[in-house]
Amino acid sequence: MTAELARGQNHPLSQARLEIRVSAGTPIVASATLGDENGKVHGVDWVAHPGAPVLPGLEVSKQAAAGHRLAVDLGAVPEAVHRVSVLLALPIGVGGPVRFGAVAAPFIAVTGLDGTEVASYTITGLDAESAVVALELYRRQGAWKVRAVGQGYAGGLAELLTDQGLPEAGRLAGGINDAVAQGLARSVQAPPQRTADGDRTRQTAAPAPGPDQSGPAPQAGSTPQGAPGPVPPHPTSPYGAPGPQPGYPAGPAPADPSTVTQPATPTAGGPVDYSHPRRQTGAPPSPPPTAPQARPGQPAQPVAGDANGWSMDERLYNQIWGMFEDLARNTAAYRSAVDFAESRMEKELDQALSDPRNRIGGQSDAAREVARGKHAQLVDQARASLDRDLAQLSAEAEVVEPALPPAFARWDNPVWHGYRVPMEIPMALRLGDLYLPESELLRIPMLVRLPLERGLWIDSGQGGLLDESFADSHELRRLALDTAVALAARLLAVYPTGEFGVHVIDPAGSGVQAFAPLVQTGVLATPPAPGAAGVADVLARLTQRVDLVQMAVRGGVPDSLPPGLDTAEQLLIVHDFPHGFDDRAVTQLRYLADEGPAVGVHLMMVADREEAAAYGPLLDPLWRSLLRLTPVPDDHLADPWVGHAWTYEPALVPSGSQVLQQVLARVAEARTRHR
Amino acid sequence: MTKGQAISLQKNDGGSLTAVRMGLGWQAAPRRGLFGSRTREIDLDASAVLFADKQPVDVVFFRHLVSDDGSVRHTGDNLVGGVGQGGDDEAILVDLSRVPVHIDQIVFTVNSFTGQTFQEVQNAFCRLVDETNGQELARYTLAGGGQYTAQIMAKVHRSGPGWTLTAIGTPANGRTFQDLMPSILPHL
Repeated sequence: MTAELARGQNHPLSQARLEIRVSAGTPIVASATLGDENGKVHGVDWVAHPGAPVLPGLEVSKQAAAGHRLAVDLGAVPEAVHRVSVLLALPIGVGGPVRFGAVAAPFIAVTGLDGTEVASYTITGLDAESAVVALELYRRQGAWKVRAVGQGYAGGLAELLTDQGLPEAGRLAGGINDAVAQGLARSVQAPPQRTADGDRTRQTAAPAPGPDQSGPAPQAGSTPQGAPGPVPPHPTSPYGAPGPQPGYPAGPAPADPSTVTQPATPTAGGPVDYSHPRRQTGAPPSPPPTAPQARPGQPAQPVAGDANGWSMDERLYNQIWGMFEDLARNTAAYRSAVDFAESRMEKELDQALSDPRNRIGGQSDAAREVARGKHAQLVDQARASLDRDLAQLSAEAEVVEPALPPAFARWDNPVWHGYRVPMEIPMALRLGDLYLPESELLRIPMLVRLPLERGLWIDSGQGGLLDESFADSHELRRLALDTAVALAARLLAVYPTGEFGVHVIDPAGSGVQAFAPLVQTGVLATPPAPGAAGVADVLARLTQRVDLVQMAVRGGVPDSLPPGLDTAEQLLIVHDFPHGFDDRAVTQLRYLADEGPAVGVHLMMVADREEAAAYGPLLDPLWRSLLRLTPVPDDHLADPWVGHAWTYEPALVPSGSQVLQQVLARVAEARTRHR
Repeated sequence: MTKGQAISLQKNDGGSLTAVRMGLGWQAAPRRGLFGSRTREIDLDASAVLFADKQPVDVVFFRHLVSDDGSVRHTGDNLVGGVGQGGDDEAILVDLSRVPVHIDQIVFTVNSFTGQTFQEVQNAFCRLVDETNGQELARYTLAGGGQYTAQIMAKVHRSGPGWTLTAIGTPANGRTFQDLMPSILPHL
């Protein structure tokens, strides 16, 4: 039972070994001071801080981070210590916010080692302060208690430490800031970054779990010899490059691996210390549970945004990736068990058949009955285990979906009705949903990072589609266009005003009706280009743009672009390819596909590959470079962990809904004001 | 814990063990003589093989860090061993409650990828730890262990509703777990 403390309130502590978790919207420094019965801090060696993180019974992180886990063992704290104060401070001189009033209220919780919260406190009401005594743990009649303090200091750590009676306060505060600044300089600040590591034949001690690790395809040697290695179909991975790592922001968040992973025993006096004493970045942690681990049979209450991240969007993004991975792995466990049950049953049935003793009487039947029974039992067990996992993931999806920002949300999410043009580019975009046959009701949002790293191909052809019932190719084309328009509208909506431009090539004008929402609201950069001349014109302009930006970037003078150049990212929608394209235009298109993404020019093909068959293998690299999406559900996308074939379903606007027009109208309106 | 000894992983309070960690730690032996200053790197690898009815189904090692079902995770390859002493340089975590229902045995092995025998490794050990409370369940000292390049360390297997740990501790030779398959099978 968690006690939510208000300022000044206290709460008894029944355990000596505790974890103090801190989360804030920005990297902060966590320190702790030990005080005697009068609250006096006797010297610098009574302060645990990033420069000297370990004291008996206490360990703090060496770095500033948005999330902290401080390990505390009150049993190991010296007798003379009667008070442990937990301090939070904003790092000075690193370009971040300098007052707590400018950041979200820090949240601090005292938890047991198993993650159950004992007491929590949200430190509100801070303004110009840059350091705060958040909590204190204190002895009262032989027992320990926690009190919410929330005393802020505008003069920062120096003032705070002076107030605690520390003579060398100023010097120590300076030292702490230096230690923190050094730590920040070493670490990557940005949210999760893709690693460009293509070679993963042998992985060194890098973040272990995460979509990045197993790569798009299982390598030779990754299945045991003689093992019934799964032979999955080879759908293309939607994440050609190694994906970001959910739960592993590259930033300094999990500051000290030892405190993150081994909350149980980081301090002296614990029974076993797993961490390597002189290594900070060695064998990395198992994924730190961000929520109290659910005990079997008692699923934890799911919470939206319950993952690591610097912002709510990033936390949701990481959470969705975590759900994606969980579903992939839970299903892998289920399929593997069912496969095993089937192969065992077949073997046993064969045996029953070939055993001469079974030829007489009903023994053969009995043996077969037993084999079938064993099969059914194992399959039932596997299904029960999968159902348990699915129930938990579904409960999580139910809280996550409504909490999603527009860029991650389905079109039927009410968040779109309150849509406002954003101020910054979101980290990712939802292209649709993914699901597996075992769990058709559980949809995982398919998110790709922005800016787009690959072009998109909305396949309007019937080749390769699961569902052969689409006899009406007209209908399929129409759906493909709708998918393209919905995605283009989504991109326009989630970029800030003036930072995203959309061009349309529709040589035959056959997409007029579908493109109407884009055209009528006036959000296109240029009207749809008709005819071969239009094609040539648009391609020439975009090619020139790619050239210019590339030259400037390669020459190291990205600031010297011509003044008239629109620096917004550009999306080119090509409909009816290759109609209206001559050889020169095709070459330009390939050039854009190859070179465009790096300089902010993206391609969206709405095409049937068969219609371009005349070009032969010439265009194969083009199709391969694009992420193929389908206008109807189709199982062609692979997850990066196990390689299941996931069914993709596009993010379409519910029929009859005007939400897309409304959103585009807002975009257009913001644009006129912008100009 | 001695060779062949079995420990039930049921806890005293009736709850059963939910997570185990196999830890492996080592240091390269210093060389004496002419090239003494040139340290020789030793790469030991920890692996876990998942069996269903004596058939290997999945394996977790440095090229496949997470079992497909996610229940067994390797914390990452360490190529040179520890610079310090005493800590785990590689670890494999097993969430027993999430192991697929058909997997009934998990065998842990250690190999010397670079080919040195355990005689040439200093402070090498492997151990099994109850991840929930840090209690060490089994520990082997590999160093000075003779002319072997591998060891079949232990297995956890289903028994009744819970799991049991059996120490194996059989020396073997091989560079990766594949070479050890013949040595593993008799212990299943």
